[in-house]
Amino acid sequence: MAVQALDAARLPIDWQRLALPVALIAVAYGLIPAYASSYLVEAILLPFLALSLAAVGLNLLTGYCGQLSLGSSAFMAVGAFAAYNFNLRVEGLPLAATMILAGISAAGIGVVFGLPSLRLRGFYLAVSTLAAQFFVQWALTKFGWFSNDNPSGVISAPHLAVAGFSLDRATGRYLLSVTTVIVLTALVWRLVNSATGRNFIAVRDNETAARVIGVPVLKTKLLAFAISSFIIGVAGVLWAFTYLRTVEPAGFNLDRSFQILFIIIIGGLASIRGAFLGAAFIVIFPLILSRLGAFLFGGLFDSGVLDMSQRIVLGALIIIFLIAEPNGLSALFDRLKRRIGSRSS
Amino acid sequence: MTFFSHLKKAAIATAFVLGATAVHADEQYFPLQSYRVGPYAAGGTGFFGGFIDYLNLINIRDGGVNGVKLTWSEGETQYEVEKGVEVYERLKSNPGIAAWNPLSVGIAYAMIDRITDDKVPLITINHGRTDTTDGRVFPYVFPLLLNPYSETSGIVNYIASKEGGLDKLKGKKIVVLYHGSPYGKETIPIYELLSQKYGFELSQIEVPHPGNEQQAQWLTIRREHPDYVVLRGWGVMNPVALKTAQKTGFPADHIVGNVWSNSEEDVIPAGDAAKGYTAITTQASGEQYPVVQEIVKTVYGAGKGNLEEKSRIGSVYHNLGIVNGILNVEAVRIAQTKFGNRTLTGDEVRWGFEHLKLDPARVEALGAKDLFHSINVSWDNHEGDGYVTFQQWDGKKWNVVSDWIAPDWKLLRPIIEKSSEAYAKEKGIKIRTAEDAEAVVSN
Repeated sequence: MAVQALDAARLPIDWQRLALPVALIAVAYGLIPAYASSYLVEAILLPFLALSLAAVGLNLLTGYCGQLSLGSSAFMAVGAFAAYNFNLRVEGLPLAATMILAGISAAGIGVVFGLPSLRLRGFYLAVSTLAAQFFVQWALTKFGWFSNDNPSGVISAPHLAVAGFSLDRATGRYLLSVTTVIVLTALVWRLVNSATGRNFIAVRDNETAARVIGVPVLKTKLLAFAISSFIIGVAGVLWAFTYLRTVEPAGFNLDRSFQILFIIIIGGLASIRGAFLGAAFIVIFPLILSRLGAFLFGGLFDSGVLDMSQRIVLGALIIIFLIAEPNGLSALFDRLKRRIGSRSS
Repeated sequence: MTFFSHLKKAAIATAFVLGATAVHADEQYFPLQSYRVGPYAAGGTGFFGGFIDYLNLINIRDGGVNGVKLTWSEGETQYEVEKGVEVYERLKSNPGIAAWNPLSVGIAYAMIDRITDDKVPLITINHGRTDTTDGRVFPYVFPLLLNPYSETSGIVNYIASKEGGLDKLKGKKIVVLYHGSPYGKETIPIYELLSQKYGFELSQIEVPHPGNEQQAQWLTIRREHPDYVVLRGWGVMNPVALKTAQKTGFPADHIVGNVWSNSEEDVIPAGDAAKGYTAITTQASGEQYPVVQEIVKTVYGAGKGNLEEKSRIGSVYHNLGIVNGILNVEAVRIAQTKFGNRTLTGDEVRWGFEHLKLDPARVEALGAKDLFHSINVSWDNHEGDGYVTFQQWDGKKWNVVSDWIAPDWKLLRPIIEKSSEAYAKEKGIKIRTAEDAEAVVSN
């Protein structure tokens, strides 16, 4: 059924559907670079873009192909450290090539840790992807070569430039980020609407049935791991090079993997839009709460008490929200659109 | 001239006037990336509490620094890098920023490029990236009093003095138990260097963050049977180390704690197991020092004290916050002698830090005799030759058990310069000269 729905959606070029993405791209390249404050770019948009991309990657694997993974931040770490090393050790390598090579490195590691998926499913697979999480962090800490023998194991981002233009300022890093995210998201969108994308969904919905109708299950699963890890690896590069500008292995811990998983659950599984909505929720909502809390009660309580109460509020909201709309923000968004549509007609 | 260029000028002029009136002309602002929740809250509340208490003391007692009021606001980081960056971006637009004091290595690393662009000092008292000591490469970063390498040298010198001289270290065995984080790993090469130089056997064992399970590490230590264990911990790792040491039968008085394993919060949870444990410090604990007494009288007396539990007044972290306050305020005061008693720019305060010279007489005048020894920062030495002392826990309080000890700065400087020069090369930074350091941006 899902396959049919996708097919139907694909056939005509629906301008109405394209209006929103086009408007968003116009904002991303027009308004934001011109008017956004450094706070908006550095503290909100850059983490939002990197996490959105990671969530798009994980959604491909978990949402579309049904393979639960808790190794996302390990693949981000592989991407970040690979990019650092390619940049350091290969003289004159263009930034785009660095990012692609970093993605390929992450994809390689992803395939290796995707192998258990041929035998394991569901929670068992999630636990086996945890191995990636621990192994990668251990290896990056253990072998000094990965961080160029920096005693503390922290690496700082190199100078960023494309075709001679420096991208070190906030706007430059933002443009690099947003372009990468748009290009990769467009590719993922093409992919999920292709035969391979339908294979992913077939494997997710019923593995045996998929095998019977001739879907190469083994190949499909490994492909999902590879592409997903590629994208998450590039997201790791963005996180390290454009957002934090410094990387330590401990920054890519299990918490980050959970964060990305929560993003796709809250945003909506098997939905590209959901990855962005979920990332926006996870990045921006705590900030709004914290600003609101500081504004309302800043004089009464210290920052510690405020922070604790925000966590309680955030946790409660997530629970309420998932009870009200288990299919995530993306489904909520659709419902809202339908309701507005039916009212206006 | 076109209409637009006039308009632009007018806009700039208006912005300037508005900006100037918004800053009340005489205020100096301290953005605080504090952490009062999370695993390191004990350190955060003590340090930022002491810092704020000292700023309050200056405001209440002296009406600010030469009439310039000190202001601050806090943003919670939970010691997490992303939150630290967010708070930095949130607070950096405030006018009149004097200096940043994140008290977190991870956050400090992420800020180095940013504050260098902004030309505002970043203070990492007693911690931070060691090679930022080299002011030629890192103009705006100040690991005041003690960088990790000096700390290591101070600890080894202390162990040597207990054994009866540096030559007696030969053949001794030292285990370093370190926190599995950038901070914990920073000193690995320097312990190796000192072990080769003085001929002691060395073994360095990592405790993964956060460190609440150390059975395996202490069994290894028992097998190796070292003469001393250096505890390079942080937060919950410290009391767990002391308790596990007791369980495995290692004597507490042969464990030497580093500068982030030296607080009451590190030993009290360990109970009896901590009795006899010794740790390095740059600032003594206790409330007998005149400046701490004045804070009790003036700030807590007026109900403006920052610590919730008054019993923590004079604790290690609280006193560190006070010392940090003294250093920040004195840097502003020194910069004022050159630039005038007004709100200074970040770069002017940087100049102040680069001339921050407090000899023991000045330290006494500030009411901090015996609280800390002295500091002597220059444009190329951003650490300022801080002295260390050692304190032993008797089950109730810390007692100073050594003189002020000088780390072996001469030995360390070439290693620091090698590292900072490599960084400069990697990042394409021009190495600063003394003249460059005198060029100050005053808006």
